[in-house]
Amino acid sequence: MVDARTRTGPGRLLIAVYAVFALAATARSAVQIVTRFDRAPLAYLLSALAAVVYIVATVALARGSRRVALVACTVELVGVLAVGTASLIAPEAFPDATVWSTFGGGYGFVPLGLPILGLLWLRRTRGGPSLTA
Amino acid sequence: MIAGFGTALIWAALGGAAWSLLLVVRDKPPGAATLGLLALLELGLLVQAVIGIGKLIGTDQDVSGASFVGYLIGSLLILPAAAFWALAERSRWGTTVLVVGCLVVPVMIVRLNQIWGAAGG
Repeated sequence: MVDARTRTGPGRLLIAVYAVFALAATARSAVQIVTRFDRAPLAYLLSALAAVVYIVATVALARGSRRVALVACTVELVGVLAVGTASLIAPEAFPDATVWSTFGGGYGFVPLGLPILGLLWLRRTRGGPSLTA
Repeated sequence: MIAGFGTALIWAALGGAAWSLLLVVRDKPPGAATLGLLALLELGLLVQAVIGIGKLIGTDQDVSGASFVGYLIGSLLILPAAAFWALAERSRWGTTVLVVGCLVVPVMIVRLNQIWGAAGG
């Protein structure tokens, strides 16, 4: 199902921020995996996972694929909470930071707020007649 | 990394962000002047990328090359993508995308300088 409402109004700004994180996480993860994968394989695989989730969320929100966007934002929220908690409890498992370490503290906690805003936005735009500007 | 020039680009980008924010507040769509400013900024970033890659090839310091080139190339994608996405919806919310794009550029330049500076030069 395709729904243009997710990319209009505030959704346009939300998708832009998602795209920035998709680019940042993809580039960071690519550099980590190509240049020093042996050093922190778990952290780097989680970085790669985060990158994929951001790309999927960006595209799904932009195309209006609500179900895919819902799954991506949920995985993202679970991921940032799980990795954030794990990075505090077991820092030795994360010799190098991921986007989600310390709940995204290295990125102004935007990674924590983004999935919450994404889920709220999906909720706001679901059902009913199309919102007008 | 390039003395003075990077700082000038940061200020230009912050100026672009402030200008775009003013458009959002006044509920005005971005016009030719705004797009011209963004194009100039993009040209500056292109110059930075060319000089930066040149300096990377010329240096004998241990700069993290992959990250450095990644940021140089990445910084070129931001403004065209932001302009495309902003102009597709000519509304206040569309223009906020230009604010975000202009704010991402200084962050990338600061990171570039850190990567270059981490190698001690």
